[in-house]
Amino acid sequence: MQALVIVAHGSHLNPDSSTPTYDHADTIREVGAFDEVRTGFWKEEPSIREVLRTVESDEVYVVPLFISEGYFTEQVIPRELRLDGWDVADWDSDGLSATHVTLPAGDVPEKTVHYCGPVGTHEAMTDVIVRRAESVTEDPDVGDGFGLAVVGHGTERNENSAKAIEYHAQRVRDMDRFDEVQALYMDEDPEVDDVTDYFDADDIVVVPLFVADGFHTQEDIPEDMGLTDDYRTGYDVPTEVDGHRIWYAGAVGTEGLMADVVLERAADAGADIGDALEVVRERTRKTPMAGD
Amino acid sequence: MADYIDALVDAAADGDGVSLDGLHVARTGDGYRLETPSAERDGLSESALSDALSDFDEYATNWFFWSRVVGESSPQRRAFLRWVEGADAEDQSVPARYDALRDGIEREWGQLHVTVTLDDDGQRHYELRHVNEADREHDDLDTYHEPLAARQLATYDEKGRYRPLKSGNNLAGGWVFPDLDGRDLVETVETFYPASVPNWYREREGTLDVEHWVDTIGRQTGMYSVVKTWNRGDGHEHVDWVAESCCDDSQCVKRREWQYDDETDLDVDGGDGAFPCREPCSLVIAASRKWTRLEGENTQTYEFELTPSEKEQLEAIVDAVADDRTDDIREADVYEGANRYRARFLRAKLFDDDGNLCGVPTEDES
Ligand code: SF4
Repeated sequence: MQALVIVAHGSHLNPDSSTPTYDHADTIREVGAFDEVRTGFWKEEPSIREVLRTVESDEVYVVPLFISEGYFTEQVIPRELRLDGWDVADWDSDGLSATHVTLPAGDVPEKTVHYCGPVGTHEAMTDVIVRRAESVTEDPDVGDGFGLAVVGHGTERNENSAKAIEYHAQRVRDMDRFDEVQALYMDEDPEVDDVTDYFDADDIVVVPLFVADGFHTQEDIPEDMGLTDDYRTGYDVPTEVDGHRIWYAGAVGTEGLMADVVLERAADAGADIGDALEVVRERTRKTPMAGD
Repeated sequence: MADYIDALVDAAADGDGVSLDGLHVARTGDGYRLETPSAERDGLSESALSDALSDFDEYATNWFFWSRVVGESSPQRRAFLRWVEGADAEDQSVPARYDALRDGIEREWGQLHVTVTLDDDGQRHYELRHVNEADREHDDLDTYHEPLAARQLATYDEKGRYRPLKSGNNLAGGWVFPDLDGRDLVETVETFYPASVPNWYREREGTLDVEHWVDTIGRQTGMYSVVKTWNRGDGHEHVDWVAESCCDDSQCVKRREWQYDDETDLDVDGGDGAFPCREPCSLVIAASRKWTRLEGENTQTYEFELTPSEKEQLEAIVDAVADDRTDDIREADVYEGANRYRARFLRAKLFDDDGNLCGVPTEDES
C-alpha cells in the first residue's frame, strides 16, 4: 500500500489557511491514485509530529505544501517527522532542485518514507501560475495583450523564496505567451506596490506565489497595489489602477491544479500514480478549452 | 449454509484453527473439535461442524465480523472497535455481548458519543453524534454519511468561531452520522480528533512516546526557541499555570500525560480524557512564547484606589473571560460584574484618556 501525506503550515487564527491543503488532498483522494491520502500541519492537527502514525501504508510519500526550500522543508518538517539520518546535503539542492530522499522515520520504523521537495519549486508549478491566470480572467487563452506578475516575499526571510519567484517568472517568459512577465516582491525592489510601473500592457494579471490566502494575499498585497484602501471593503477583478487593469488572482495555492504538482512530486519520488496526472489536470480546469 | 459458516469451517481446517472470544474450533486426530464456554463437541465431520456451528450462530457471526470484516490490517482500528463494544471484557460471553449490542452499546470519546448496534447478520452499525445530544431525535439533527464531513463540523464552535484546537472542549453539535461501518467510524473519529486512536492504541500497548515539557520545548527552533529561557532553576510553577490554563478538562478533552520532565510531575491533574496528549501542542507552545516574554518582566508596585466592589468586579471580569462566559451575561444583568454596562461604568470612572487604570501610568515616568 502507498500513502500520500501532504504537510502544510496551517494556522491557529485563520481557518482558510488549511483549506487548499484539504482541497488538494480531496482531489487526489478522488482519483484513487493512493490507498490513503492524509494531511499534517505545523499549527493544526494532526501535527507533523503525529501524522505518520495515522497512516496504514508501508510506503509513504510526504509532500510539503510550501513555496520554497528553507527553514520548514530543511529543519522543521524532517525533525518533526523524525526522519532518521536526515541531512539536508542529501537533497544536493541549489535552492530550487530538491526532489526527494528516502529514509526510515523513527516514529514508524516499519515504513519507508519518501520525503519530497516543496511543491513551489517544481517545474509544474509554472503551469499552475498560468492556470491561475486563466481562472481569474476566465479566459483559457489569456496571454495576448496581458502582462503577468509573479509575487513573493523578498529575500529578507529566505533567499530561496526569491529564487522560486524568479525561476517561475523566467519559465513563463520562455513560454512567450504573455506580452510581459515580471517577478515582484513584497519587501524589496522591484516592489509589488509599483506594479503598474513595470508593465506597458493595459491588462496585468498578478499571481502571488503563496500556498494559502491569508494576511499577505488578502490584506497587504491588495492594499499595496492600490486595489482598495481597506481590504475589508473588497475590490473588483479587474480593478483599474493608473490606467491599467489589474487582475488580482489571490494565492496560487488555491488553484485546483496545485493537486497536479503534489502528484508530480510523489511520482518523481517513485509513487505509482497511473493516469492520475491527466485526470487531475482535466478535472481541475475551470475555464473550458476552445471547442469544449 | 451461510457464508460466514463456510468461511469459519475453511479457517478451522487451517493450521491452528480458529480461536476468538471463547470460540475454539480446530482439526484434531478424529475430526473437528468445537468448544464454547458452555459446550464442547468432538469428532465432528466437516458437515457436522457446519451444522453444529449453526447452533452457535452468534459465535460464528462474531468470528466472521472480527476476522473477515474488520480483520487485522490495522491493529489500532481493530482495538478501537473492540473497545467500543467492550469485546475484550473477560467476564462477558458473546451471547451476553450480543444482547447488549441489540440494545446498543454506548461509548464516549472526547465530546463524541458512539452507539454500536447489530443487525441480523452480526454486522455492526455505528452511530456518532455530539455527547450533549445523546437523547436528541434524529430529525432534529443534520445527517451526514461521509467521514470527511466531520472536517467542517470540527472547524467552528457553536458561535461560529474558528476552533484552532481540534481537541478543544467546544465542539459544536447539531449533527449525526446515523450509520457508519467500522472503517468509516474510525475515519470520522480521526477527523474530529486526529491521531487520537493511534495514540490511545500506543498507550494501551505501553509504547506511547510521551514527550515532557522540557524535551518538547528543547527541540523548538526559530521563533519558538525562546520558550527554553522560561525555565529557570528547579521550579515548574509556570508550567503548572500553562497546564491549568490550556489543558484542563474544561478546555481540552485530551488527557494530558506529559509532565515537566521525566522525574518531575506537574502539580495539576491531567484530566480524565479517553485519549492521551503526549506532548505540549502547538497552541500551548505558541502561547508559551508569549508568556515567556511577559513573564520576563519584573513586577512593580502600583498604587490604585478601588472600592471593595470595584476590586471584586475586576476579579469577576477576569473570571468571565477565563471561563468564556461574557456572551452569556445578559445585557441588563447589572448584578454581574462582567456585565457590559458595569464594565463601561468602571472604565468611564477609573480610566484616564490614555486608558490608564486610576490614571496611573504603566511605566514609571519619573
Ligand atoms: S497540550 Fe494541553 S491543550 Fe494541547 S492538546 Fe495537549 S492537553 Fe490539550
